[in-house]
Amino acid sequence: MSASHTNGNVAAAITVNDLVKTYGEVEAVRGVNFEVATGEVFGFLGPNGAGKTTTINMLCTLAKPSSGSATVAGHDVVRERDDVRRNIGLVFQDPTLDGYLTAQQNLKLHAELYGVQSSLVARRMQEVMEMVGLWERKDSPVATFSGGMRRRLEIARGLMHSPRVLFLDEPTIGLDPQTRRSIWTYIGELKEREEITIFMTTHYMDEAEWCDRIAIMDHGQIVALDAPETLKAQIGRDRVTIHTDDDQATIAALREKFEIEAVIAEGAVTFGVPGGEQFVPRLFAELGVPIRGVSVSRPTLDDVFMSYTGSTIRDAEEDQSKLKNRVMAQMMTGGRQR
Amino acid sequence: MSTIADPQALTTTGSPTAPKSPLVRVHVPQRSVWSELRAIKIVWRRELIRFRADKLRIVTALVQPLLFLFVLGAGLQSLARAGTHGVALKTFIYPGILCISVMFTAMFSAASIVWDREFGFLREMMVAPVRRSSIVIGKCLGGATVACFQGLVIIALAGLVKVPYTPLLILGIFALQLLLAFAITAFGVMIAVRIKQMQSFMGVMQMIVMPMFFISGALFPVAGLPAWLTVLNRLDPLTYAVDPMRRLVFASLTISPAARHALDSGVTWWGWRVPGLLEAGVILALGLVMLSIAIWEFSAIE
Repeated sequence: MSASHTNGNVAAAITVNDLVKTYGEVEAVRGVNFEVATGEVFGFLGPNGAGKTTTINMLCTLAKPSSGSATVAGHDVVRERDDVRRNIGLVFQDPTLDGYLTAQQNLKLHAELYGVQSSLVARRMQEVMEMVGLWERKDSPVATFSGGMRRRLEIARGLMHSPRVLFLDEPTIGLDPQTRRSIWTYIGELKEREEITIFMTTHYMDEAEWCDRIAIMDHGQIVALDAPETLKAQIGRDRVTIHTDDDQATIAALREKFEIEAVIAEGAVTFGVPGGEQFVPRLFAELGVPIRGVSVSRPTLDDVFMSYTGSTIRDAEEDQSKLKNRVMAQMMTGGRQR
Repeated sequence: MSTIADPQALTTTGSPTAPKSPLVRVHVPQRSVWSELRAIKIVWRRELIRFRADKLRIVTALVQPLLFLFVLGAGLQSLARAGTHGVALKTFIYPGILCISVMFTAMFSAASIVWDREFGFLREMMVAPVRRSSIVIGKCLGGATVACFQGLVIIALAGLVKVPYTPLLILGIFALQLLLAFAITAFGVMIAVRIKQMQSFMGVMQMIVMPMFFISGALFPVAGLPAWLTVLNRLDPLTYAVDPMRRLVFASLTISPAARHALDSGVTWWGWRVPGLLEAGVILALGLVMLSIAIWEFSAIE
């Protein structure tokens, strides 16, 4: 699937071959394969517990693959660990800033830890901090920052050493919609101003739309991988919603004349059909029931996720947490509970 | 962490203040001995910055030694008068207090590894292109330096307990403190790597540090103890820091031979008086062993 997207003349920023990670009995990642081209924004989607973070940890050299191999920025993640580390920036799901230090001290410490030439540190620091809108707060201790500001500062810090690949693990989780949007603005600006590949995980479907390509992960495997538009087109059906004076007659007419099974959802007749926009004129001409309003919507990535995994991302997460609760309950009662 | 909407996000989104020119590119060099030394320096300096930022800690860490030295020292003076041959109790326990103040500060420094893990900063250091050993060594040196600052304050109090300020004495005390602080930080880091929560670390510390302190002879002479306590005392690593410290201090005092014999008879192994340098060597050796274990543990973390 990914082969068609591997552009021959662009070197891959990330290549992954049959990557597996097991923790004891549990297979967290069960053999994934993909390539990310240089300059791409690549999204990793899936419910919590699907194996996204484990995959990112292996690519960032924080976890050793149980089997399989991967290269990042042209270096093997196991054999050339330090070369990988020199070339990647990381923004973790959990904060990793030093609250005692000021914003500037945090960034400086990072630059020194990576050995960035000191003559350029000040300039680079100002640029990345301006980009995330925190330059005015450079001398404030991080402990005084809000959650959104911290996340932005982490992004700035991850960029301090001009990484070739930036890993963002759930960069917008737990943030208000406004801050989420602003973080995407920075990512867009970053793409414009620097040659960088961005690899991110998210379970916000609407955010995945920003990615050049996305991989949908479920139960440790990649179930779909393509551009968001292509994935949505593969669903092959648009959602048509019509308001009529007689819903029951409409449903009967749809079944009779178009062989379409429609349902009533939120007070309107709803059905899926390929090429929804071309279908609407036929609908008006042939339905025979007066139509008061009609709307056609493209499939969303939620629909995509559902078509590949059979559940919505939220349901999948609830299953996960139910399972977790059950395991916890068993542990507490010594397994006596059913 | 509050969830207050961030006003910055509004004002900066799409604001044209930043020019859309490419960012300045920097380069991360290959790893080398030099980059490892730099990493050690950075971790070391961070400990100092944090120590300076935490003024309360500097003050609170002084409370305990001052209590021991002046309250316990003055309070038990009348009881102890018969046995100390005219030497003030606070003078006698001064070397021991020098050791425990350093010990407690060093343990707190080691605790910062647990903090760093809890607050995630440890990860930032773990993914940097440097060896894990550099991080541990920097941490231990940082803890040692901070503990020595604390020790300097106690050294400055020498005059109040009638210990003279001679350069040789101060230098000797400082060197011993540095050694002890390094060993204790290494010990603390070794334990801290295994522990994920601050409360547990504090609990473990209480369980280990208090017995070590009481058994070490910081508050009593180590000769003529009951047999079981003698055995425990000789096994306690802190004994080998307190004893040379006491020798240094007593060497600069002018007191009666009887008092010297009663109070500074020193640590013996089967009747053999252990030389001060060997005692310092014991601390150094233990420190290096624990440092190696800490490095090994730290490198094994995924």
